[in-house]
Amino acid sequence: MQLIDETGTTHADDTYAMPSNERLVAAYRALVNGRRLNDQCSALVRQGRLAVYPSSHGQEACQVAASLVLSENDWLFPTYRDTVAIVNRGVTPEEALVLLRGDWHSGYDPKHTRVAPQATPLATQLLHAVGLAHAATLRGEDTVVMALCGDGATSEGDFHEALNFAAVFMVPVVFFVQNNEFAISVPLAKQTHAPSLAHKAIGYGMPGQRVDGNDVAAVMAVLDEAVERARGGGGPSLVEAHTYRMQAHTNADDDTRYRERDEVKAWVERDPLTRMRAYLSAAGAWSAEDDSALAAEAETMASALRDALNREVEVDPEDLFRYVYASRPAHLDRQWNKLKDELERTAAFEATGAAGGGTTESGTKEQKS
Amino acid sequence: MTLIDHPVHAPAATNVETMTMAAALNRALADAMVADESVLMFGEDVGALGGVFRITDGLTARFGEKRCFDTPLAESGIMGFAVGLAMNGMRPVVEMQFDAFAYPAFEQVVSHVAKLGNRTRGALRMPIVIRVPFGGGIGGVEHHCDSSEAYYAHTPGLTVVCPATPQDAYSMLRAAIESPDPVVFLEPKKLYWSKGPVDTSVREALGRARTVRDGSDVTLISYGSSVQIALDAAAVAETEGKSVRVVDVRTLTPCDDDTIFAAVRATGRAVVVAEAAGFASVAAELVARIQENCFSFLEAPVLRVTGFDVPFAPPKLEKYYLPDVDRVLDAIDALGWES
Ligand SMILES: Cc1ncc(C[n+]2csc(CCOP(=O)(O)OP(=O)(O)O)c2C)c(N)n1
Repeated sequence: MQLIDETGTTHADDTYAMPSNERLVAAYRALVNGRRLNDQCSALVRQGRLAVYPSSHGQEACQVAASLVLSENDWLFPTYRDTVAIVNRGVTPEEALVLLRGDWHSGYDPKHTRVAPQATPLATQLLHAVGLAHAATLRGEDTVVMALCGDGATSEGDFHEALNFAAVFMVPVVFFVQNNEFAISVPLAKQTHAPSLAHKAIGYGMPGQRVDGNDVAAVMAVLDEAVERARGGGGPSLVEAHTYRMQAHTNADDDTRYRERDEVKAWVERDPLTRMRAYLSAAGAWSAEDDSALAAEAETMASALRDALNREVEVDPEDLFRYVYASRPAHLDRQWNKLKDELERTAAFEATGAAGGGTTESGTKEQKS
Repeated sequence: MTLIDHPVHAPAATNVETMTMAAALNRALADAMVADESVLMFGEDVGALGGVFRITDGLTARFGEKRCFDTPLAESGIMGFAVGLAMNGMRPVVEMQFDAFAYPAFEQVVSHVAKLGNRTRGALRMPIVIRVPFGGGIGGVEHHCDSSEAYYAHTPGLTVVCPATPQDAYSMLRAAIESPDPVVFLEPKKLYWSKGPVDTSVREALGRARTVRDGSDVTLISYGSSVQIALDAAAVAETEGKSVRVVDVRTLTPCDDDTIFAAVRATGRAVVVAEAAGFASVAAELVARIQENCFSFLEAPVLRVTGFDVPFAPPKLEKYYLPDVDRVLDAIDALGWES
């Protein structure tokens, strides 16, 4: 399904209506901000400010659409690659990046933001999404859940179990697969022999739709429909967006080992940003002045992010023990006291510069208790 | 071919080359594939990419896609597929991309890989090697740094090994692939780029610990990346007048009681060092065995230096989590030297 092609030309579709210009303008702003965020984060990895960043450069239309089709009560279940979607949903960039900067395992409050913690083990979050959606039904809440995953993740058992549960319990979930053609180095052809990932919906008894993942209008239209169906009690559906990962899997990956440069270049032509800009400007909904205002907005966001990430964060070693259980058990109190003692001794040693130092009392006590 | 108890650091053989542990593992895989046609290597990204740590680099080019190949992204699938291959005469070597991503395969490992030999009274052996890059110390984000050895070591039927040097990486991987039983082969990520001599003619029997350093006052018992911490602590303790023996356990199960007990009996004091959380850990098991078997030789309780009983730390807190030289020295100091 496509509504706007690479040149910005529209293609009418019987089932899916073109989103309003107002929404598309909002989408375009989010695309440009999202691109800036991706590229800023990649730079921050090079500067050693982020441990790692899985960029969604090229996939911004999927990221933006996934967040824009949701209402306030809805939930988003993202993966490690979905930072742009998370930020677009209202999490601040700095909070979204805590995980990748390495200070904590997640940087935002999921209940407050209605964004689940970014999942790294593949496909595991899809079952959580189904459970949460089922709870919403049981509690009579008007909540739809958008569950994201990649093409590779569709091979995991959890993906299949999630689809099956969702269909059996008729939960309000939209499974949104960003098929960017690669799971690290493995191309889709080695992942599945099915005609498309959307086909997988059939076997579970839910609708499946394939959409041009670089056409934000089309992705929004398809996801709108899936969200609406879920909200109306029509159950889950599967949407496969066909897109492309323009950059390596992460900074640690060398994509020249498994794909040709020409292939990557060819996808530049299909950039989700250019086509939406072309469409909006032809529709008289976007101008050159808008460009500069938006560029300035993106730059402000990027420079605030740079500032935030250039600040040295103070991590608190006690955090290691604080949240493991709802209330800290005695053995973790003892372990924290032991670490605290170590840190105090180290600090004292560094302060005096004296050799030796270090009592053994606490170590003995800890081991005997 | 020589079978040695205590490989010396630079064996005076012709086949010695200095290489990283990653290169030693790669060489062992290649040599095993040459030696035995039934050896197959598969997993996620092990083909064109050569694995995210490049351990399988060049194997597909050299041996073809039938011998070293990418699978769909599904750990349970990889493991169960290996079981079937092994049932029909193959020797699968699988790569689990990271410790915490091996968990979806756990059902297959504990319910089938570990049990089929026993269940069929030996009719179906499972000569499968499960390679798991494991442990922290690399500043990795969540799920990339787990120490999962206790889960495997607790499962009867599995052999669990963990090399600490390129030589052992080579020799033990060869031995693991030749083993008729399933071997969980834990590769300390932190050591992938550490270098050392490798003699490809050296063969190692699994199930043997190694005394890495001699000493008479206290024994440090360790494995994987903690061996280096034990050695560093031993060197410092030496300057404080304590003679420290260091034993590298190498095979966590079945564990080499003889070498460990002999060392502890000789020194009368012992500390076990490992980075996994301490509760119900391999370190805990080692302490218990020593306590049970060497009690009358002990001058002090056997201590352990381990990670805290918390989920593995994010990169910025890792240094507070991981056992280090100071922690080991504290434990040595606490071994009742006055009495
Ligand atoms: C259970 C599990 N196995 C392996 C991995 C390691 N891993 C991280 S990302 C990745 C590829 C995922 O590809 P895909 O689902 O297509 O998502 P993309 O990265 O392309 O967005 C792999 C194998 C993991 N995170 N979780």
